[in-house]
Order: sequence, then structure tokens, then C-alpha cells
Amino acid sequence: MTYIQGETGDWEMVIGLEVHAQVTSKAKLFSGAATAFGAEPNSHVSFVDAAFPGMLPVINGVCVEQAVRTGLGLKAQINPVSVFDRKNYFYADLPAGYQISQYLQPIVGKGEIVLDLPDGSSRTVGITRLHLEMDAGKSMHDQHPSKTYVDLNRSGVALMEIVSEPDMRTAEEAGAYVRKLRTILRYLGTCDGNMEEGSLRCDCNVSVRRPGQPFGTRCEIKNVNSVRFVQQAIEYEARRQIEVIEEGGTIRQETRLWDTAKGVTRSMRSKEEAHDYRYFPDPDLLPLVLDPDWIESIRTTLPELPDDKKQRFITDYKLSLYDAGVLVAEQARADFFEAVAKGRDAKLASNWVNGDFFGALNKAGKDIQDSPVSAEALGGLIDLISDNTISGRIAKEVFEEMFATGQPAAGIVEAKGLRQVTDTGAIETAIAAVMAKNADKVAEYRSGKDKLFGFFVGQVMKQTGGKANPALVNEILRAKLAAG
Amino acid sequence: MTALNRLTMTEALTGLDRRDFTAVELTEAHIAAVATARPLNAFLVETPERAREMAIASDARRARGEAGLMDGLPIAIKDLFCTKDVATTAASKILQGFVPPYESTVTANLWQAGAVMLGKVNLDEFAMGSANVTSAYGPVVNPWSPGAPGAWPRRLVPGGSSGGSAAAVAARCALGATGTDTGGSIRQPAGFCGIVGIKPTYGRCSRWGIVAFASSLDQAGPMTRTVADTALMLQAMAGYDPKDSTSVNRSVPDYRAALTGDIRGLRVGIPAEYRVDGMPAEIERLWDQGVAWLRDAGAEPVAVRLPHTQYALATYYIVAPAEASSNLARYDGVRFGLRVDGDSLIEMYENTRGAGFGAEVRRRILIGTYVLSHGYYDAYYLKAQKVRTRIAEDFRAAFTACDVILTPTAPSTAFAIGERMDDPIQMYLNDVFTVPASLAGLPGLSVPAGLGADGLPLGLQLIGRPFDEETLLRVAGVIESAAAITTLPPFVA
Repeated sequence: MTYIQGETGDWEMVIGLEVHAQVTSKAKLFSGAATAFGAEPNSHVSFVDAAFPGMLPVINGVCVEQAVRTGLGLKAQINPVSVFDRKNYFYADLPAGYQISQYLQPIVGKGEIVLDLPDGSSRTVGITRLHLEMDAGKSMHDQHPSKTYVDLNRSGVALMEIVSEPDMRTAEEAGAYVRKLRTILRYLGTCDGNMEEGSLRCDCNVSVRRPGQPFGTRCEIKNVNSVRFVQQAIEYEARRQIEVIEEGGTIRQETRLWDTAKGVTRSMRSKEEAHDYRYFPDPDLLPLVLDPDWIESIRTTLPELPDDKKQRFITDYKLSLYDAGVLVAEQARADFFEAVAKGRDAKLASNWVNGDFFGALNKAGKDIQDSPVSAEALGGLIDLISDNTISGRIAKEVFEEMFATGQPAAGIVEAKGLRQVTDTGAIETAIAAVMAKNADKVAEYRSGKDKLFGFFVGQVMKQTGGKANPALVNEILRAKLAAG
Repeated sequence: MTALNRLTMTEALTGLDRRDFTAVELTEAHIAAVATARPLNAFLVETPERAREMAIASDARRARGEAGLMDGLPIAIKDLFCTKDVATTAASKILQGFVPPYESTVTANLWQAGAVMLGKVNLDEFAMGSANVTSAYGPVVNPWSPGAPGAWPRRLVPGGSSGGSAAAVAARCALGATGTDTGGSIRQPAGFCGIVGIKPTYGRCSRWGIVAFASSLDQAGPMTRTVADTALMLQAMAGYDPKDSTSVNRSVPDYRAALTGDIRGLRVGIPAEYRVDGMPAEIERLWDQGVAWLRDAGAEPVAVRLPHTQYALATYYIVAPAEASSNLARYDGVRFGLRVDGDSLIEMYENTRGAGFGAEVRRRILIGTYVLSHGYYDAYYLKAQKVRTRIAEDFRAAFTACDVILTPTAPSTAFAIGERMDDPIQMYLNDVFTVPASLAGLPGLSVPAGLGADGLPLGLQLIGRPFDEETLLRVAGVIESAAAITTLPPFVA
């Protein structure tokens, strides 16, 4: 257990998260308007989204399927009957004066997520529910000195609100939760997980307690939009609460905002000031009834999810927990690895994919789709290592060239004459030359200074321009040195 | 007023088909009648130019042999239906200046059938009322008001909320009109104005493009002078609409074919619970007369029980305002209609909604907000939903013993404008017979059955099984024939 040390003893954080994930869908939840990000303000707005008189919502089947798919991916219970409710409140960017959401009967019930923690351990966090709801528009207060402008492009966009149990105990766990949820959503193709564009937003419920004691009063930090900020906000909020309690105060249940610039949370409204949303079933929409056969048919189309994939990588490819974890964090990365590893040394493939390959991509700021080196090309390079055409050290040089020019490995090796020297005669000549030049060191070696062996290897490699097969060099050199 | 204004839709179609007159002539007669009837304040917007264009197009279609179901028939549209490029107000100041860029499904269906649009007619503000006295554009006068037109000693209400529709049809300004019915808004004004009106089964007509009052209850329907015309117009209005999730995907039967006059063996349920305290004796007598006519035609009256009837009105006045409080939140001054500026967003909301909504609408928003509030939801809204279920179960049980239910439409004849205004409950009691069927989503039809001692029309209501509009029309046809009312409203007599 990780506790926070206060002035008066240890404290434990209790964290639950509500993640709003934008459903990947071309059209909105209740209208046919487009959902593309970055369009001109108010260019993706139907009369339904703008709540014109007499307009009615019609549920988008794609969004329902995406919610079910997500529920299945979270190993959750799918509710055969769910109900859309109206959450009533007035705001300029909420055209109807209510948000259509799901309150008492969500589409998805209890599920779970396994967190992968930095120390290699894992921890299961319960999912309370997932429900579908529509997003509001955006109020822009910075366009005019006294007026507010409203952009309704987001109005009606489908969101999944995914609520966790209060199962997390550290900010790191909360960060791992968001990362893992994001990975699962991206595997499922139900949310692009793009936090910068607001496709994934997080409300953090934080309380503190003495270890083993009942839950304390919680505060909710609204709309945190990066994993780093989630962790910072939780860390700050827990310490703030501890300070309040240790100074004899009590925590008020309230909604708080994360101030990115100052790195603090600020009070937004207390429980007493909370809206009365007057939830009631939306009479414009019938209860959503799902056919169990349809749910099962979606289950059969689920991809292999990260936990299963990781286990398979460990079992089939004999990868370490760490390597497997890094590879499955992104489906594209895992797919790339599998393409490289096919018919090759998996450990070597994993080292190359996670090492030089991703190092180069990150440095260049490129996505795997835009990589100048394909999985096939990287495999070609690894083949040259495996059949002793080039050494691992030369391979790094070749890879850099491949990444810069997009040329295949074999061509570069040929063009630059990097083929490894396996001709024993040539190696023997080089060894003879090195030994002649370093007669004193040879004598030292022969008188027992074994450590000089590495020196001789280095000199021979230098003599051959790095192209000599290291195993052969070792073997012949050892024999020659011993032969004295 | 010409002979063309006295025709029924069925007669007018025959005349058009025989080339006795053209759609243009028929339309001109009605445009003139609309102008003459301005003292009734039935029309909020007259669209004579559009009517003439539509009539010309109709004559051309008929000449090509492509006439639709209602081709060339001039009708009025309740101003709750959004009509493309024609101002739509819901009789509220808050929609001042709102011109919809779209056409409601029901009106689009009517134009598709060839109907001609005369204009938009008055109603209670947002359809909230039973006398058409809450309109921001003034009350509608019932053409049955005694005395010389325009010099009435007592101006009577046409009922509501579809008061403009009922008055326009009764005053021979239109061959028919669209209405909407949430708790009786088609049936009660039809009763007060001596015409036929049907609230179809919930889900039969699309609600898309109709300004919403209470979404789980609102339903559009036709208002005409005869049962056959109602059958015809319902045929044109009804149908599945994928844009309305509560619309039902079920084919529309040939309603006119249902008017066989043969009701032999049909079991007509008479619910004792509808004999309410203080009901005038003449209404009770009319009800008995209706039973006698049906028995004479071979039907079998049976006593049925609807034990939760007494809770229907209270239930309705929780459910409908609750939904309305949410449906009307969109009238906030931000995107369309009236805006009264303020120094902050909240102030702008308050100014706009304070100035834009009338007293009755504000009352219902307050009631609705209250019954949905934290701490009151279970006691009011949730309880009301449970009672609503019981009321629906009552009807299901009753329909195991009968095929159709007969009741009075309203507990009185039309009263004067200004009466029953002190106590809203008195006004709400107008809907005591119509509200239960609304809560159960069942079809209800009002057919003129006689005149009261005051010479004013009285209607009988028929309630049917879900989607059994055909039986309602068939039975209503029998009552219509038996009643054989020939008296005209004083306004057109």
C-alpha cells in the first residue's frame, strides 16, 4: 500500500474516475449531422442539434453498437433494456435545455479493467457502468468583449460516460487506468482517445481516509484533459484535503476545477449549489431494447484485446512481461511487431521494434503508419543479422540509412560494402597484423593478463572496418593468442 | 358564403372529378369565407396566394389524371404544425418571427395528397388550454355564438386547444383542419363546435415538426364536418415516420372502407365512472340516446368498469406539465423567436421567457418543474406514471368485454369567453372525459350527437382499442346518421 504521510500520520487516497469518451461515429447520437473535428463553427448542426421546434431525436444505431462493443471489451454486463433520460438545465450551449443521457438504466453495467503498473504488477479496477449521452455545444467567451458566441458543432455528438468504482489508491493508478482504458477503446475502435481534441475527458472523484477507515467526503474535479493533469490534479487535491483535515477542518462535498496554469484545484460549486437536473425518461425515445443474438454477434467481432495479446506474446514469443506490455500498448505497435517477428527470432524482433525502430519514430515525430521503414523492411534487416551477413553493430548503421532513405537493408549493405567478413583467411591476416603491431600486449596477455582479450578484439574489428564476424574473430583470436 | 362552402370533402371531390367546379373556384370560395370570418379570430395567418398556387397545381394534376386522395380540398392548419416558409407561432409571443425552414410530416403528407393550404389557425398558447382563451393573439369565437355575427351578446369559446381549427371548419371557412390532441384538444373543441374530430392512437401520426407540448401524449388528427371526411383526412395524415421514434411502423388501413354502417353484434362499453357528479341531465340523456341508437343498429351495450378514471385528470396534470416544462426549455431567446436582452445570460432568459410566455404556460412550466424536482419526483411524477399504467390496464380489461366505449365528449356545452377563468381547475375539468384515453394512448373520436337546451352542439366520444380507428369511424357513422343534425351555426345560417 502506498500512503501519503501527513503531519498526523498516514493517509490513503480513494479515487474513482468518470471518463467521457467520444464515440467513433460519422454521425451524431440523435441526428445525421457530421462529427468531424476542426470544422467551421456551426457547420455541422442539424435542426435537431439546434433544438428547433418540433424536432425529434432518433437514436444512431452505430453509436449503440459502439457502446455495446465497448461494454463487451470491458467484460461488462450488457443491459438488454436501457432508457434515455433528460437531464434538464439551462445553458446557452445546450439548445434544448436538456441533455439526453442515461440515468437509472444505462446500456452497460458492471465490468472491469486490469491496470498494468510500472513495477510489473497488475490491479483490477471495477467499472460501475457505461452510458450513452450527447455532448453539449461550446461557449466561446473570448471572441467579443461583452458577448458570448456559441458553436454547436459538438452539440449532439455521442459520448460514452464510463464510471469506475472507487478502486484506485494512488495518482499513478489513476493514470494507469486512463491509459489502459484509452488503449482498450482504441483496440475496439470505439473512441480515438485523442485527449488534445477532447475525445477523452476525465472527471476525478478524490477523497482521503486513514488506512482501513471508511471513505471520506469526496470532491469531484471536472474535465481534466490529459493523463499528466489527472495525476497532478489528484495528487494536489489529496494533499489539499489532508491539510484541511489535519488543520481541524472538514471536507465539503463539492465540484472543483483543475487550474492547469497554477497547478491547483479551485472550488466551482458546493453540493448545496448543485443543479437539480430533474431527470425523467425522454418521452421522445422508446426504451432501447437489444436483441441478445445481436449482442453475441458483436462479441464475435471483437479484436484480441491488450491483456489477451500480452499473455499470448509472453507465451508464444517468450517475451518478457515488460516487452510484451510495451508492444501491446498500441495495437499498431503490436501488429507491427508480429509482422516483423513472423518466422524470425521474436526476442530480436521485439528488441528492434521497441528499441531503434520506435526510438527513430519518436525522434522524427512520426506515427507507425508514416514510418519510412515497413515491417517487411525491418524484417529484412533482422534476417541479415540472423544469417551473419552483418553484425548487430553494423545493423544499427544500416537501420539509420534505411530510416533516412527508405531503401531496403540488403541494398544498403551491398552498396556500402558492409557485408560481414567470414573469410577466415582474411580474419587471420588481420589478427596477424594486430598481433605484430602489439607484440608487448601479446606478451602481457600470455603472461596471464586475460582482460586484454577485449582490446585485441577491438583492434581486429577496427582493422576490418567492423565487418569481421565477431564470433569468428573471437574463436580465431583465442586460438592464435594461445598458440604462442 | 357560397354553396361550395357547404360541401363536405367527399361531395367536393365528386364535384371536382365531375368538373362541376375547379379547385381554384373551390379555393376562392374558401379564401373569401376566411376573410368574412375574421371576426371569429380563427386564422392567425392567411395564405391566399399559396392557396391559389396550390389550387392551380391541383387542377393541373386532376386534368392529367393524377389527382391525390385530397386533391384540391382547402384546409386550415393548426398553428402548432411547422410549415415551411410560413410563420409558426404556437399562439405564443415567444415564437414571434419564427419561420420554419422545414415542413411537418403530417402537413407534408397532406400536401402530398393534394390538399390546399388556406392558412394557420389559432389555438391555446402551446396547445395549453380548453377554451382557446390562452392564445397570445386573442380568443377565438365559436361560430355557434348566438346572435348576429360580430354583434354577439355572448361570445362563446370554441373549446381548445384546437379552437381555431374547430371554428374554421364549423364556420365553413375550410373543409377540414388539422388539430392536435394532448388531453382532449381535438375532441372537446369538435364537440363544442358541432364537428367530427379524431385523436388517433398514439404513434399513428408523426409528431415530427409539430411544436411539442407533452411528447408522450401529443397526437395529430383531422377535424371535419362528417365522419367520412374524417376517415379521408386521417388516411392522408397517418403513417409511419422514421423521424419520429414513437411513430408506429404499421400500414394505414382504408378508413373510408370501414364506414359500412354495420355494427351488428358489436359490444359497446358504457363506463359507469363517467357519470360524474354535477353532469347536466341533458348530457346524460344524450348519452342514453346514443346507447339507444347503437342498440337499434344491432350493437350490444355492456356495462364496463374503468375504476381509475377519477385519478386521470390529476395524473394528466402532472405528466403533461412535467414534459412541457422540459419541452419548452428550448424557447430561451438564444437561437430563434423572441429575445429580450439582459445584462447576463440568466437575465436574458428571465426577460425573454417572462415576456414570451403567457400566464397559463408559465403556470404549467412551474407545475412541471415542481413535480420533477428532487424530493418531489417520487411523490408526483413517478406516482403519476404508475397511475397512468393502471388507467391503461383498466382499458385493456374493459376491451376484453367490449369492442368500443361510448361516453360524452365534454361535461358541458360551450361557455362564454371569460368564464371559468378564476379557477384553473374549473377549466381543467373540461377534459375529464377525454384525458383517460389520452393517458392510455388510445384512439378517441368525438361525433356531434345533438343540441343542448341552449341550442349548442353536444358530442359523444368513442374510445377504441389501439389502432382500431376503423371501429370508431364505423360506430361514429351510425351515430351521425341517427342524429341527423341539420342545424347550422348562427354564423353561417
